[in-house]
Amino acid sequence: MRFLARRLGFYLLTAWAAITLNFLIPRLMPGDPVELLVARMKGNVEPEAIDAMRRAFGISDASLWQQYLDYLGNLARGELGRSITFFPTEVSTVIADSLPWTVALVGVATLISYLIGTSLGVLMAWKRGTWLDGVLPAATFMHAVPYFWVALALVFVFGVTLQWFPVSRAYGLDVMPGMTGEFAASVLYHAALPAITIVIASMADRILGMRNVMVTTLGEDYVVMAEAKGLTSRRVMWAYAARNAILPNITSFALSLGFVVGGSVLTEIVFSYPGIGSMLLKGVENEDFPLMQGIFLVISLAVLVANFLADLAYVVLDPRTRQESE
Amino acid sequence: MNVLEIRDLGVDYLSQTGAVHAVADVSLDLRRGEILGLAGESGSGKSTLANAVARLLRPPAAITSGSVVYHRQDGTAVDVLALKRDELRAFRWKELAVVFQSAMNSLNPVSTVGAQIDDVLRIHAPKMSRKDRAERAVELLQRVGISADRRRSYPHELSGGMRQRAAIAIALALNPEVIIMDEPTTALDVVVQRDILHEIRALREEYGFAVVFITHDLSLLMEISDRIAIMYAGRVVETGTAEALHRTPRHPYTLGLLRSFPRLHGPREELLGIPGTPPDLRSLPPGCAFHPRCGRAMEECSTRLPLLTRGADGADGADGSDGEVACLLNGGRGVEEAS
Repeated sequence: MRFLARRLGFYLLTAWAAITLNFLIPRLMPGDPVELLVARMKGNVEPEAIDAMRRAFGISDASLWQQYLDYLGNLARGELGRSITFFPTEVSTVIADSLPWTVALVGVATLISYLIGTSLGVLMAWKRGTWLDGVLPAATFMHAVPYFWVALALVFVFGVTLQWFPVSRAYGLDVMPGMTGEFAASVLYHAALPAITIVIASMADRILGMRNVMVTTLGEDYVVMAEAKGLTSRRVMWAYAARNAILPNITSFALSLGFVVGGSVLTEIVFSYPGIGSMLLKGVENEDFPLMQGIFLVISLAVLVANFLADLAYVVLDPRTRQESE
Repeated sequence: MNVLEIRDLGVDYLSQTGAVHAVADVSLDLRRGEILGLAGESGSGKSTLANAVARLLRPPAAITSGSVVYHRQDGTAVDVLALKRDELRAFRWKELAVVFQSAMNSLNPVSTVGAQIDDVLRIHAPKMSRKDRAERAVELLQRVGISADRRRSYPHELSGGMRQRAAIAIALALNPEVIIMDEPTTALDVVVQRDILHEIRALREEYGFAVVFITHDLSLLMEISDRIAIMYAGRVVETGTAEALHRTPRHPYTLGLLRSFPRLHGPREELLGIPGTPPDLRSLPPGCAFHPRCGRAMEECSTRLPLLTRGADGADGADGSDGEVACLLNGGRGVEEAS
């Protein structure tokens, strides 16, 4: 328990550092959002309007310390300022609207890729020397292929040429968002291609990672002993070998979970998926600092949470990490 | 009388540069309830032999010849090398258990000691209730000197000696007839080593299992074994009672091994050791594999392969032991001088 408390403390500290950096960096840069907005309107703005906008964006001449306290206060209330791209929508609303799409799409796809990839890795190590080894060169190839390339290839083949799947948006224009079966079907249909992209592009890493660790683990004495004990191969493979081989893979999985929120930006762009990755791109295009700031904050917090979850998983799965609690 | 009969067993490691004969023409008997010591340098094929008998070899190692026959108490014979998958699974641990080289690595690090006894019982004795299994685990642990509350401990929470005891407890779980112990005390300090050896002897008296005890430590074997087999370059070069081997070793290699240890008692004598290095198994010297290192080698030794024989005239050795030696000296009787 002390181990967990210490980890938690560490993550809180890191989160505070991330938030503070997030506050400082834009304020150390020249210019502010209002100037950008005014420039966009080609200067045709009344001074009062500028004042109002400055207030809306929370830009003040107060001391940095005061601004920092205000910022923390706003953050505590979930206020991240207003977006320039979608002015006057609040950044928190933009994020709240796009985050679920990303989390659902990339999260589910990552999970599927992890489950299939890990199981395949386990099997391939177990049955090494058989025809399953033929998957290896393919996996190594896929390992080197970037996401967006897979995405483009899938769009070209299944979207444009065969027209089996839609190539953009999260749901059809002809359905109303709501808790209806029709809407759900449309969402699944639209998510299929991007999800397959992510699964294909990230699965190779899982297969190779798991297979390599598993092959090493199979040489361990405790696996030989499990076999000598006359246990079923299934039990030897999963409870003894895979159970131990998975430990080093937890970290990489947790990291990839953290990046779920960051979204597979390129994948989302290729499929015009309304997730956080597309929002980030729009933010960058429009020099929308409040939006970028908000998204970066959410991403860094998500990475931290994912890492904490990995620590938790470690404590559950590996008794050796619990030792210091005595 | 014999519980395990190994006949002409050969094991090769197949490699691109040709087969390496790790074990060649090994014939050994294990008698019911005895402790058979198996000694030899690293690479002499001891562990490979043990793994072959337990059918634990993995590619590129493969059994190329010979047979291993196991005799049940009721007299039925089992051809171990011909067992099918399910039969092999049932045979393992119930009739033949293994204690591995280092218990540090032979226990599953993510599961408790109790659970590792439990899964053996669950597979092999499906009729036992959960409560019975837990009781049996406690009983076994206590029998090897581990307190009952340690059942819930993970391997890393135990000391080296305790881990080895736990590994022995797991081996005892199903009352096997044969336990193969592959260097079970090598990683332990001398005091713990002694405790464990005593424990093994005591358990043997109590349960009556036979032990194949593998080590490179000949003096340790002398102490614990009833009979000893010495291996060199994949072959058994000498067998005999621990007594006889200690008093009148017949193979020059055995003599060399014995003279590599200083004696605590008795007159001073020169430590001789064995010159040279163990042979390369890929290109063994012709004839007796030991002849390049042997001070007594004759011309014949480099051309004729000595076979394991029971003294010159087929009779037992002079001291009444039934030892065998594979040496051409003195008409196949080997060295004739006390150690």
